[in-house]
Amino acid sequence: MFHVKHCDVIVVGAGHAGLEAATAAARMGCSVALLTMRESDIGTLSCNPAIGGLGKGHLVREIDALDGVMGRLADEAGIQFRLLNRRKGPAVQGPRAQIDRALYGAAARRLLADYQGIELHLCEVTGLAMDQGRVVGVNTARGETFCCRAVILTTGTFLNGMIHIGDATRPAGRWGDATSKSLARDLEDLALPLGRLKTGTPPRLDGRTIAWHLLSEQRGDEEPVMFSYLNVAPRAQQVSCGITETNERTHAIIRGNLSRSAMYGGQITGRGPRYCPSIEDKVTRFADKSSHQIFLEPEGLHDHTVYPNGISTSLPPDVQEAYVRSIKGLEDSVLLQPGYAVEYDYVDPTALDATLAVKNLTGFYLAGQINGTTGYEEAAAQGIVAGINAALFAKGAEPVAFSRTESYIGVLIDDLVTRGVTEPYRMFTSRAEFRLSLRADNADQRLTQKGFALGVVGEARYDHFATRQQAYVAARSSLSAKRFSPNELRASGVEVRLDGHMRDGFSLLGYQSITNNQLTKLLPELDLISATTRIQLNNDALYHQYTHRQEKDVARIKENESVSLVDVDYSKLSSLSGELLEKLTRRRPSTLAEAAGIEGMTPAALTLLVIAAGMRRRA
Amino acid sequence: MDLIYAEATPPGRGGVSVIRLSGDGARQAAEAYVGPLPVARMAYLRDLVDAGEIIDQVLALRFDAGASFTGEEVVELHLHGAPVVVRRVEDALLRAGARHADAGEFTKRAFLNGRMDLSEIEGLGDLLAAETESQRKLAIRAAGGELAKKAALWRSLLIEAGALVAVSVDFADEDVPDEVPSRAFELIDEVRLLLQQEVDGFSAAEQIRKGFEVAIVGPPNAGKSSLLNRLAKRDVAIVSDRAGTTRDVLELRTDLKGLAVTFLDTAGLREATDDDVEVIGIQRARDRAAAADLRIHLSDSGQTDLGVWYDGDLVVQGRADLNVIHHKIAISAVTGTGVQRLLDQVFEILSQRAAGAGLVSHMRQRLEIEQAISDLNIGDDNSAEVVAEALRQTGVALDRLIGRIEVEDYLDKIFSSFCIGK
Repeated sequence: MFHVKHCDVIVVGAGHAGLEAATAAARMGCSVALLTMRESDIGTLSCNPAIGGLGKGHLVREIDALDGVMGRLADEAGIQFRLLNRRKGPAVQGPRAQIDRALYGAAARRLLADYQGIELHLCEVTGLAMDQGRVVGVNTARGETFCCRAVILTTGTFLNGMIHIGDATRPAGRWGDATSKSLARDLEDLALPLGRLKTGTPPRLDGRTIAWHLLSEQRGDEEPVMFSYLNVAPRAQQVSCGITETNERTHAIIRGNLSRSAMYGGQITGRGPRYCPSIEDKVTRFADKSSHQIFLEPEGLHDHTVYPNGISTSLPPDVQEAYVRSIKGLEDSVLLQPGYAVEYDYVDPTALDATLAVKNLTGFYLAGQINGTTGYEEAAAQGIVAGINAALFAKGAEPVAFSRTESYIGVLIDDLVTRGVTEPYRMFTSRAEFRLSLRADNADQRLTQKGFALGVVGEARYDHFATRQQAYVAARSSLSAKRFSPNELRASGVEVRLDGHMRDGFSLLGYQSITNNQLTKLLPELDLISATTRIQLNNDALYHQYTHRQEKDVARIKENESVSLVDVDYSKLSSLSGELLEKLTRRRPSTLAEAAGIEGMTPAALTLLVIAAGMRRRA
Repeated sequence: MDLIYAEATPPGRGGVSVIRLSGDGARQAAEAYVGPLPVARMAYLRDLVDAGEIIDQVLALRFDAGASFTGEEVVELHLHGAPVVVRRVEDALLRAGARHADAGEFTKRAFLNGRMDLSEIEGLGDLLAAETESQRKLAIRAAGGELAKKAALWRSLLIEAGALVAVSVDFADEDVPDEVPSRAFELIDEVRLLLQQEVDGFSAAEQIRKGFEVAIVGPPNAGKSSLLNRLAKRDVAIVSDRAGTTRDVLELRTDLKGLAVTFLDTAGLREATDDDVEVIGIQRARDRAAAADLRIHLSDSGQTDLGVWYDGDLVVQGRADLNVIHHKIAISAVTGTGVQRLLDQVFEILSQRAAGAGLVSHMRQRLEIEQAISDLNIGDDNSAEVVAEALRQTGVALDRLIGRIEVEDYLDKIFSSFCIGK
């Protein structure tokens, strides 16, 4: 018996990508069916119990600025908040929090239960419903068919997932059973280009068996910084992490058993992330280091499980136990679960356009780890982009792209779809060329207005932003209106060159040498400005000379982003080199900006593309 | 669009050099140096004055937006063709906020502003390809030389500095140094110094002003000296049919359609000789020939096998009046057959190089390097992300010069040097 259900958007998978995709599409007024195997999958933190960090914290703020859910969930479930890089400039400070897994999952389930427009279905998706080469829905193991305008697949590492523990190997977890293989087969039928990656996890320890009193303690910040613009303080009880380190004995045990590691035994072929090497990797490649730091992160307030961050491994369980117990404070520790490596297929994201839709397959979107990324935040960022665009598609509206000039989300998507990945892709602030203006403190200024225009930002959020923004604009213009001559400044003790140039009040905020006293004397109105607005003004003034100079670069990129190459026939451009012709034909960049990101692109070839695009426009 | 300029005439010594300015504020920028140009499409004879100094007497004419080649406000300045004048004017325009045009940029603007029709656009592809080809040749020529080696060094130093900065920013919660290591600033200073040396010893006009050297090489008695005499239209070199007559290197400075070209007559290249003076002459011939910009390989057979062959050299069959002609270029210094054709070939090769050099390398390279130097002028009291921004800007400036430095380059360096990963 077949049941057919109709909705606007189907989201398969309720991890971090799926949650953002479903809630974004629902906020935009679509009816959304969220399909996942079991309730416990919802918002699960499958690896380390933490959200945020450098680059990643920026992504969470941007998701929040678009009224996404990750920031609020993380604030609700955060049990230790730290702003990283406090001693460096504000552009590279990123919020991070240890997360209570159970609290996070519960918060996510509660959120979904009352989310208007989302119907949650616990079921197994067995395949794609196709019609004339278009994806029009999905089939489930219960014999239902869900019909929709757009499908977003956020199924993580389910494609040919394989778990390695020492020399033991088994297909990866919940997606390994026979029926899901048919979904994998459906994807294979679409002939998407696939690659293979790997990633690892450490063993999990029983916190009650750790000698905490021997270890140093890492506390959270005295004044915790929240992810969401809507929150001001943590809700859960706050705890500390422990710090310990490996030693020569640990390394000797690992070295003596390298041949038994899945990675070094040759079972694993996929490429792993360089920024998250296994402990086998560390002791081999950095043989001169006699110890490596380990952070002992609690997985929850009422959960004894501890995540030892820094020792992921694919050694057999007995070796894991031996090396863990060689570490200070862990001598008597009990391993609750061995570490393992997982290998999986990912879809080469250069097969996607900047809306995360599969090229030439309208209405079908991929988001999250399936696109070769790692990390909850990277997945969530893709989810919100796919959710917004699936909703726009369902409504018959124009798609929207996020520019790398305006957000880390844009950097992420652009890197993925123009460069592809060679290792699991993780965000770093270094990836954002405009990072001095893409800060965690101004994500709302960069994105909330845009989100509101798209319909993905709700009224309440927008009002909150508008109030904040009004205060900022008023403060900035009143400061900019005050002007001081060098002599006036010198009279107040501010060291400036006597160059005859007037300085305005706003730019004074960026002077490193100026004291607070001098500032308030010159600008008494500073006292009337709220603390959060003041921070933003300070940050903007601090980087103003650089961001001002970057405006030209930004303008050039934006111009390139506005030139569509969708209909260009490269084979007619006789002057292109064979190599570029091949790359362009394969990648099919949708804008000139994407083409510019392709390796080996020359200015002359870009000019040709501009002209070709222009010819299309006129024809 | 923003204001761009470029020399519209081929670089080198000519009667007149035309510099074209296009974009917003073109008129204003030009008028600052030549005085008001009230009527469009009217040629004004003016002194071009920069900082109180008369640079040149020029012909200036302007076109209104919508009625010019690019469709934008355009000014043409007709200068006297000395490279040093061109350079002074370009410097002045830079200070007025203009930038050097990219390859093909005038044409691109003409297209974008709807000033060209489809057939013209089709021709543009070939034009761009030709520009790219000369860029490529230039790059290859530079790649064989010292500049490429230097560039590789700058690049590796910058990547090392950038990685040190990036690691302290992006891996702050790991087991790595928290502050930007002082080594990064040492590296930055080192690169800045190297770049400054490059600019100091670098003059855009120099190559063209000093002209090109073309060496005539070949076995003894191939007719090299006769050819030189023919070019001089008088007896410059002693000619005899005794092998080894020419001992020293003789120079003949000529003006080849506006390009300064010095032809070099060299000793015949042969191995076996017991004349010590001739041996020195042969060594000198080889050295000068190798250093020349172009070599004419002259022999009866039209073949070359003398160890001084470089890509792009000309092979010429000599004494066409006495030998069976079996080569593309055959000349007779006695009758003059083929000499004009040879000169045309020489001119074509050299003018292409001059054009290529003027287009991408000289002025632009100098500007990129100077930009990079000013970007790198950053003290260690700046915070990490500001230092990183300076390095990024430097990367952009050196982009064309030494190849783009990508984030991946930093990451590669980081992951190979630091043990990162919790």
